Amino acid sequence: MKVLMFGWEFPPQSTGGLGTACYGLTKAMSRLGVNITLVLPTTENITHDFVRIIGANVRLKGIKSPIRPYMTETQYSRQYRKSSLYGQSLFDEVYRYSMAAEQIAREEDFDVIHCHDWLTFEAGIRAKSIANKPLIVHVHATEFDRTGGLSLNRHVYDAEKRGMQAADRVIAVSNYTKNKIISHYGIMPEKVSVVHNAVDHDRSQPSEDSGLKKHSKIVLFLGRITLQKGPDYFLYAASKILQIEPNVRFIIAGSGDMEQSIIQKSAELGISDKVLFTGFVSGNDVNRAYSMADVYVMPSVSEPFGITALEAMKNNTPVIISRNSGVSEVISHCLKVDFWDINQLANKIIGVLRYRELSETMKNHAAGEVSRISWSNSAEKCITEYNRALRGENG
Amino acid sequence: MVKVCLYFQVHQPYRLRNYTVFDIGNTSNYFDDEKNANVLKRVARKCYLPANQVIMELLEKHPEFRASFSMSGTVLEQMERHSPEALESFKSLVRTKRVELLDETYFHSLAFIYSKNEFKEQVRLHNQKMQKLFGYKPRVFRNTELIYNNEMAGFIEKMGYDGVLAEGADHILGWRSPNFVYKPKSANRLKLLLKNYKLSDDIAFRFSERSWQEWPLTADKFSSWISAVNGNGVCVNLFMDYETFGEHQWDETGIFEFLRHMPGEILKHKDNSFRTPSELVKEHEPAGELDIHNMISWADVERDISAWTGNSMQQAAISELYRLESEIKASKDNSLLEDWRRLQTSDNFYYMCTKWFSDGDVHKYFNPYESPYDAFISFMNIINDIKIRVKRCQTTKNKNKDD
Repeated sequence: MKVLMFGWEFPPQSTGGLGTACYGLTKAMSRLGVNITLVLPTTENITHDFVRIIGANVRLKGIKSPIRPYMTETQYSRQYRKSSLYGQSLFDEVYRYSMAAEQIAREEDFDVIHCHDWLTFEAGIRAKSIANKPLIVHVHATEFDRTGGLSLNRHVYDAEKRGMQAADRVIAVSNYTKNKIISHYGIMPEKVSVVHNAVDHDRSQPSEDSGLKKHSKIVLFLGRITLQKGPDYFLYAASKILQIEPNVRFIIAGSGDMEQSIIQKSAELGISDKVLFTGFVSGNDVNRAYSMADVYVMPSVSEPFGITALEAMKNNTPVIISRNSGVSEVISHCLKVDFWDINQLANKIIGVLRYRELSETMKNHAAGEVSRISWSNSAEKCITEYNRALRGENG
Repeated sequence: MVKVCLYFQVHQPYRLRNYTVFDIGNTSNYFDDEKNANVLKRVARKCYLPANQVIMELLEKHPEFRASFSMSGTVLEQMERHSPEALESFKSLVRTKRVELLDETYFHSLAFIYSKNEFKEQVRLHNQKMQKLFGYKPRVFRNTELIYNNEMAGFIEKMGYDGVLAEGADHILGWRSPNFVYKPKSANRLKLLLKNYKLSDDIAFRFSERSWQEWPLTADKFSSWISAVNGNGVCVNLFMDYETFGEHQWDETGIFEFLRHMPGEILKHKDNSFRTPSELVKEHEPAGELDIHNMISWADVERDISAWTGNSMQQAAISELYRLESEIKASKDNSLLEDWRRLQTSDNFYYMCTKWFSDGDVHKYFNPYESPYDAFISFMNIINDIKIRVKRCQTTKNKNKDD
């Protein structure tokens, strides 16, 4: 099986769960004998160094483009407006990427096309029309998740919908996302399959003691500081918790468009000294952050999946997750909250911090649970979808 | 001759409300009155009332028919409040004098394991409740969830009971059959009746299971299994939750029709009859002595007490609770004592069980919590509030002493 895959971020050059998911999935598929050519929009030529990371079956093609997956159009134009080298907007870049895709589709030999999220959907549609091969679109997030349903970007929504409609099969990262695809994009349920994400068990786990941990309990938020991830709810809960547990420290690890306002808000709440911002973290620092935390909190407003919850569990950290998440469909040994219910969020965080028996029981069971969630499972399901698409099943 | 002994457990707990850390010290309202009322009314409508009606019909139709019940104090209180008609229908069954009532701990608690003193008090409270509501003085005891061992039997004998019920688990019986009356090792005259778990669970758990090779279970098929015991035993003890009828097995499964016809089919065989536990105890000398050292129960496949005490959360919650006993009793504060006792109901610890949590199963029945972890958090928050109330009582007392 040869797959022409369109992605847009990949470790180590990645900023979110999407790169992690592509990495885990392609690595597991290559182990199952699938030959993947991964097309990434990138300004730099990725070296063989990278191929070594992912395994021999994956080849990379570079397209000159500065697209970053989680960039909004506003951010994009702020950053690149002055440069004549690049297109006038994010959508120009998506267009250039898709034109390049046409060329690649002519040159490459493949059986199916697999696209990850809206930036690559147009590329996939063009590759399909050139090569007349089945198209699988993989939905890791929708515009409804990114915006919380507010001020939806019409262009993005249209690009998502076009991709889903043109696809032979649609893969959703959760039932939560599948429902959105059906209800907001009008796609037939029979065409959409759920392939849950997983977590990579291969990487080594550092567990060094941090100085901070000796003196205080640590509550961790790790993710982009954007509306979708609910950092504001985390902060309000922190403020409530500190009223009765003053010796707790809150770490906000990540960056994003709400970063400034969240820093400001923590000052307004008078808890700046208890809330620590790390900025963007990557690589081993991510594992380090999980290991030092007494509890990991994912209060997302809308989380299509939420791999970070699995990573935290893998690092032996109890997790509290939003009910509006895909990961809540695959794990039970955690606490679940409505993201808006600050009282419950604070109550559960304090519970985990106060009672050793609770956090120990959660950790013990979570370790077993997360060990059974593997990318090879997800990879097998993707291959099933390829075969269904090749047989012409689209319902 | 096979004597069938039907015993039904009737129990509902006072479920806790979602009690947060911010409630501690501010409100001592621990119980979800609305949910408890709704559950009780629902169970009365779907189970207690229709099942009692069938039992009454059977009593009228077959002079040989008998049944027995054990009802926790917590379910009786809730019936008094939310379904007096259900309570009334139980009373009319008892008035036939062919329905026996058993004693248990008033709060359906694990007190025997953690405080003998508290256990004794709760058994007495239950006995008084039986006399008050039904004018009945039970002679046979069944402990919460059939939790049992030698020590329990000895203790219960000293309290004056004639018989005690337990699970007829394979790992205790070995080659022996549950279809005889036994004597506990630690007792002199107390007799032990063992649940025939295969035949009991055929009704309680497998009745509507379509993948079961015996499905559908009909009254005449079941009665042929009972008759087959002739020659290999004197009794068949069918012990189960009363909620089997109409709740665990819905009306649509045909469970009520089964109950309506099963006794008649059994009685067609002239060697078969029905007995209450007291009658069995009176009529039979022990076939042997049973030495049961470790605690057994009727729960899960393990038939031990791990469903309530298996993980460290459960152990922490229980030991925190019982540690407060002497201070609570010294406080002479009745509402504090009442709340503390309601917290002892075994369901509170069952909800914290992590054994089967991922699979989702019987532990889910009317479980108000999303996870065992949520159950633990609410419970521990309440314990913290109880501790504050205990302190307050002590301070007031000391003050009064000083004045």
